[in-house]
Amino acid sequence: MFTEFFYTLRDKGLAVSQNEWLCLMEALDKGLCGPSLVDFYFLCRTVLVKSEAEYDKFDLAFASYFQGIESTEEIPEEVWDWLQKVDETSREELMARLAALGNTELSLEELQEMLRARLEEQKERHSGGNYWIGTGGTSKLGHGGYNTQGIRVGGESRYRSALQVARNRDFRDFRQDNTLDTRQFQMAFRKLRQFSARTEGEKTELDMDETIRATCDNAGRLELVYAHPRKNTVKLLVLFDSDGSMVYYNKLCSSLFQAVSKSSHFKDLQVYYFHNCIYEHLYKDPHCRWGNWVDTEWVFSNLGPDYKVIIVGDAAMAPSELQYAGGNNMYGMYNEEPGINWLKKVKRHYPHTIWLNPIAEDRWDHTYGSFTIRMVRDVFPMYPLSLDGLERGVKKLMNR
Amino acid sequence: MTNELNRFQGSGKYVASPDLMSAVNIAMALEKPLLIKGEPGTGKTMLAEAVAEALQKKLIIWNIKSTTKAQDGLYVYDTVRRLYDSQFGEGDVSDIRRYIDLGKMGEAFTAEEQPILLIDEIDKADLEFPNDLLWELDKMEFYIPETGDTIKAAKRPIVIITSNAEKELPDAFLRRCIFHYIAFPDQEKMKEIVRAHYPDLGKKLMDKVIEAFYWVREIGGLQKKPATSELLDWIQALLVGGADPDTLKDALPFAGVLLKKNQDLDTLQDVRERGYSNRRWR
Repeated sequence: MFTEFFYTLRDKGLAVSQNEWLCLMEALDKGLCGPSLVDFYFLCRTVLVKSEAEYDKFDLAFASYFQGIESTEEIPEEVWDWLQKVDETSREELMARLAALGNTELSLEELQEMLRARLEEQKERHSGGNYWIGTGGTSKLGHGGYNTQGIRVGGESRYRSALQVARNRDFRDFRQDNTLDTRQFQMAFRKLRQFSARTEGEKTELDMDETIRATCDNAGRLELVYAHPRKNTVKLLVLFDSDGSMVYYNKLCSSLFQAVSKSSHFKDLQVYYFHNCIYEHLYKDPHCRWGNWVDTEWVFSNLGPDYKVIIVGDAAMAPSELQYAGGNNMYGMYNEEPGINWLKKVKRHYPHTIWLNPIAEDRWDHTYGSFTIRMVRDVFPMYPLSLDGLERGVKKLMNR
Repeated sequence: MTNELNRFQGSGKYVASPDLMSAVNIAMALEKPLLIKGEPGTGKTMLAEAVAEALQKKLIIWNIKSTTKAQDGLYVYDTVRRLYDSQFGEGDVSDIRRYIDLGKMGEAFTAEEQPILLIDEIDKADLEFPNDLLWELDKMEFYIPETGDTIKAAKRPIVIITSNAEKELPDAFLRRCIFHYIAFPDQEKMKEIVRAHYPDLGKKLMDKVIEAFYWVREIGGLQKKPATSELLDWIQALLVGGADPDTLKDALPFAGVLLKKNQDLDTLQDVRERGYSNRRWR
């Protein structure tokens, strides 16, 4: 019956699977849905949508599919029964139907037409006063279901209408089309680990070899030996370029940032920002404001060479920014040393450094800034900022 | 609803919105785990307690930490104790069952009455953690190779899972859950919640408190916005310490209860002095 709704949802980018759809059908079968469209809205949402980031897409799909029947606050029960009956028969066919797209017996228009006709009737009966009580079961539509409706008339309606709820799009702010990337990036970062047992903390893990040795030494009397659990010792320093030309790649960078900051398995994680190229300062936040910085030398002296460094930037700039003293294009800043020297200093101090570039790899030689990209590539191994690039880069970082 | 007994309608202390209640009921009827997400302090954990109280069921809480493994929730085979026992000739060592300790999930599966199992803050654990529980949550059973036993729930427990959205949960896991996001309550709802906890709170103080609270929440650049639990603590502090409702918003006494981070308190200071703050979230 609602198969088209299923496709509307998928069209709007919701990854609703057959399992979830059948689950919804089961819920309808079990009568979990109240008589109102609002109940139906909440039922669909709880069963079909799995993240608050997707609520907005769902609202859009719901509003566009059900827009024809917004005037009905509640679906009359007969119509509901009738809908359900069709549901039952269609359940078995559903699988087949899912394959044959859009092959429903009743189109949305027909459904809406029937709803409208029936609702019209309801209005007439309402105005007719006792008409619908008196005629009991004689009408071909039957009146059983209207009883509850009748009682409800004048009562308070706790909900706004479903379409109002959907149209309100309360969850617009939660939309983030990048959730998937974040998890994938996180998975890639998981490979960035190096275990070592030489850590502080309690000895909680049973050391099997030592236990056997100690037990033997003890003439077979059990002697348990515990060891430190192994812990990840990777320390990570991430440097983000937050120059204007990086704005295009905001989404990518933000998912990388989220993945990094959500990866809790690093021993230490430091994030700083720079503007186009690294000079004597590294900024504490992406706005790169005057004074809100630390000296790059300070970073060198405080974060040892055991830190692994990921630099994220497009490396596309004017050659002067790399090659000349005073090339820093931040207003009022003058650098004694050309940028390229700073990059080389970073490389010297941090042997494990990679550069992630949001520009696609095949464009590095042709795009704007290809000259500086080449210069930066001479210093750092460069990888594209993509899942694949990150994986390759992480592998490079782990090579000793 | 098919079973009126198993229907959740909120409880004395817990104010549930209609959509949350329907989500709970749908999850129970479909026998699927209910995944609750929301800002910290919106009462995710409280929900399970409220459901347990309303339905008169036993609540089993499995608190997830960063080191928690899926296995911990099923059972632990205490080999060390068995070894010791064998050495000192205590107990029947050949009976491995004596050394199998059931975890929280195992406990829920073996309970005689249908319990409520709360898996709290599932996102704290390792990324793969939810995937390791797929089968167990689906079938409500697991196998213990050491004894050859299969632990199967006679009555499927009602499973409530909470997440703070610290990590993304895997798709395969999400597909098996009924999902609900607890949105932050609006002012009216919040008053209802406060009233449920402090029924004697005067109307004037209530209005001022709510006004000040939402004003603080509106401040841009806070690292951790105060949530319901902070508000309730704050009211407690105000009641104990005493406060003048009229100057509440300007003076903001006991702000440390609302804002837990030094940086946020600094931001608040800035806003008070200059009317704005340029400390930014990075």
